[in-house]
Amino acid sequence: MLKLERRPTPSQFWSRATPVLAVALTVVAGGIMFALLGKNPFEAIRTIFWDPLFGEFAWYLRGQLMVKAGPLILIAVGLSLGFRAGIWNIGAEGQYIMGAIAGAALGLAVFPTENRLIFPAMVMAGALGGWAWAMIPAILKTRFNTNEILVSLMLVYVAQTVLAMASTGFLRNPEGAGFPGSRNFSGYEAARNGFLWEGAGLHWGGVMALATVVAAYVLLQRHILGFQIKLSGQAPRAARYAGVKPDRLVVLCLGVAGALAGMAGLFEVSGPAGQISIDFNSGYGFTAIIVAFLGRLNPVGILFAGLLMALTYIGGEMAATNLGLPSAAIQAFQGMLLFFLLACDLLTNFRIRLAKREAH
Amino acid sequence: MKRRTLLATAALGLSLAFGGAAHAQDKTKACFIYVGPIGDLGWSYQHHQGALAVQKEFGDKVELAWQESVPEGADAERVMTQMALGGCDIIFATSFGYMDQVNAVAKKFPNVKFEHATGFKRESPNVSTYNARFYEGRAVQGLIAGKMTKTNKIGYIGSFPIPEVVMGINAYYLQAKKVNPNVELSVVWAFTWFDPAKEADAAKAMIEQGVDVIAAHTDSTAPLAEAAKSGGKVIGFGQASDMADYKPSPRVSSIIDNWAPYYVKRVGQVMDGTWDQVDVWAGIKEGEVEIGEITDAIPAELKAEAEAMRDAIAAGTYHPFTGPIKKQDGSDWLAEGATAPDGDLLGMNFFVEGIKGDIPK
Repeated sequence: MLKLERRPTPSQFWSRATPVLAVALTVVAGGIMFALLGKNPFEAIRTIFWDPLFGEFAWYLRGQLMVKAGPLILIAVGLSLGFRAGIWNIGAEGQYIMGAIAGAALGLAVFPTENRLIFPAMVMAGALGGWAWAMIPAILKTRFNTNEILVSLMLVYVAQTVLAMASTGFLRNPEGAGFPGSRNFSGYEAARNGFLWEGAGLHWGGVMALATVVAAYVLLQRHILGFQIKLSGQAPRAARYAGVKPDRLVVLCLGVAGALAGMAGLFEVSGPAGQISIDFNSGYGFTAIIVAFLGRLNPVGILFAGLLMALTYIGGEMAATNLGLPSAAIQAFQGMLLFFLLACDLLTNFRIRLAKREAH
Repeated sequence: MKRRTLLATAALGLSLAFGGAAHAQDKTKACFIYVGPIGDLGWSYQHHQGALAVQKEFGDKVELAWQESVPEGADAERVMTQMALGGCDIIFATSFGYMDQVNAVAKKFPNVKFEHATGFKRESPNVSTYNARFYEGRAVQGLIAGKMTKTNKIGYIGSFPIPEVVMGINAYYLQAKKVNPNVELSVVWAFTWFDPAKEADAAKAMIEQGVDVIAAHTDSTAPLAEAAKSGGKVIGFGQASDMADYKPSPRVSSIIDNWAPYYVKRVGQVMDGTWDQVDVWAGIKEGEVEIGEITDAIPAELKAEAEAMRDAIAAGTYHPFTGPIKKQDGSDWLAEGATAPDGDLLGMNFFVEGIKGDIPK
């Protein structure tokens, strides 16, 4: 009979090994599922994990990997700071939308002026939009002690409504024949977030994501603020004695996460998406929560987790198109990844022991 | 040559090389990208039926590939690029929101044909657009709704406030109003094509307000499932697909999108090299819009009347938008006896007189 025994301290080894183990288990369980669907499991797994990186079209897909992973990493790094400090911002999707709207609005307001400063200004506006949206739960929490999980989540739905208003109303393309959606930034050089070079897959959002990973790493390892964030999460009382002001931390963590999510939204709307449209948001803000945990709330871990997540999306698409797998199977496959990760997490805090059945 | 252009050329060269390789297999590859799951039993399902008809028609000479549930936006661009790289000869993009992506990808792959459903942008010669005159079916539904409602409240679940949908709402309301001057229409905007939970909520809200006939412009069967719970008081229509599971009531009739003839024709043209750029808008007459069986839940007299309207539209003797019609703000749109020009319909961004509420702006 198996028995769980709490470890005196969380295991360092398992904390690092569980993501790898979770991926391995996902591959096995996913393979069984694909086999049950009547597909060759080895081919399916190869299509998902191998082909986008080393297959025939890897030259195109590797770049797409960064396009998909960039916003996930950018948002997840911001979220991880809060999660470490025990501040639960679930509304990154809304901050992402509001950042995109704020940045796009600035760009569209000055259309068709050509000036080198327009794009940087849009990035700032995007960050500001996301930050402002995150300040709502932050201020409500610090002033009235509301629950930031609920408030930030509910604000996602408000943001979606604002997005619908923007694309059918105040940001609608005046030359769009009455159809919803803003002008497309791809035709507006000064505001366009194009690839750094043709076919690179790397646009300014990707660069920003990489820079953020480095900055967050330094913050957490070398800066007093990083120490305070970690301490507040692990021992809130001790943190208070050490002089950490919880309110300040709430405002800071939500603000940083909001600004990063807002920037991610701006990079997306001015780059790959190209325009504000009613369903412009495609769930990056929610997926980033998974990425943050998959990456162990560690900036470097998040970098890899973001890339892995992007791989399952792009590889999953290929498997769906080339092998005829239903898209629901791909989503289930992604779900398995999170499930196994959480399940394996048990090993970090508990030991599994064989125990003799006790007599009743 | 600048480094940037050099790489672009290299990438294009590679893609052409792969495109060529696919041709060498002597099989035509037809690819489809869907906005919802093919199991939605509505819009995407019906497009997939068209794809399967292509397979049935050409058998071994054609190879199919498809991708379901592709969000409108950056993801669609990647999926279509992958398809073009993967040797697709013709790509059917079956949702309005793929418009900019279709045109962006089409520019990079001049040898691949692109067909965009319900769109209007054809920026390069390898992009065609096709659409169906769904408003013709909506008129028939409006007639049934106006006569069948007992509460004089009818409902319409709108997806997105685009001309396509607004046109359907207007056609539905005009006919209902014609046969029942007391009728009131409520419109709920779902802002989604496929989200069964949201669609059910919209239907529920309308039923609570006393609406007893519901039409939907979204892709799932959820509104009918909601109507089925009313114990026969609320009726509705199959949308995009027949949704025959809900016969004879609440589903009393349906609009069936029959894409098969168009898909078979266009893939055939790719095979014999006669494909050219078109902008097609076919309706009941061409068989692209079908009125699904009107069930016995409808009185025989009304059924005959609805079928007569269907036949008159098919024969071209009746146009659902025939004047006099005023806009919601009271201004004139169509004079007595005038019919709506296609251009007006395709850019329709106003409600007709009598509809309450605003189109989201």
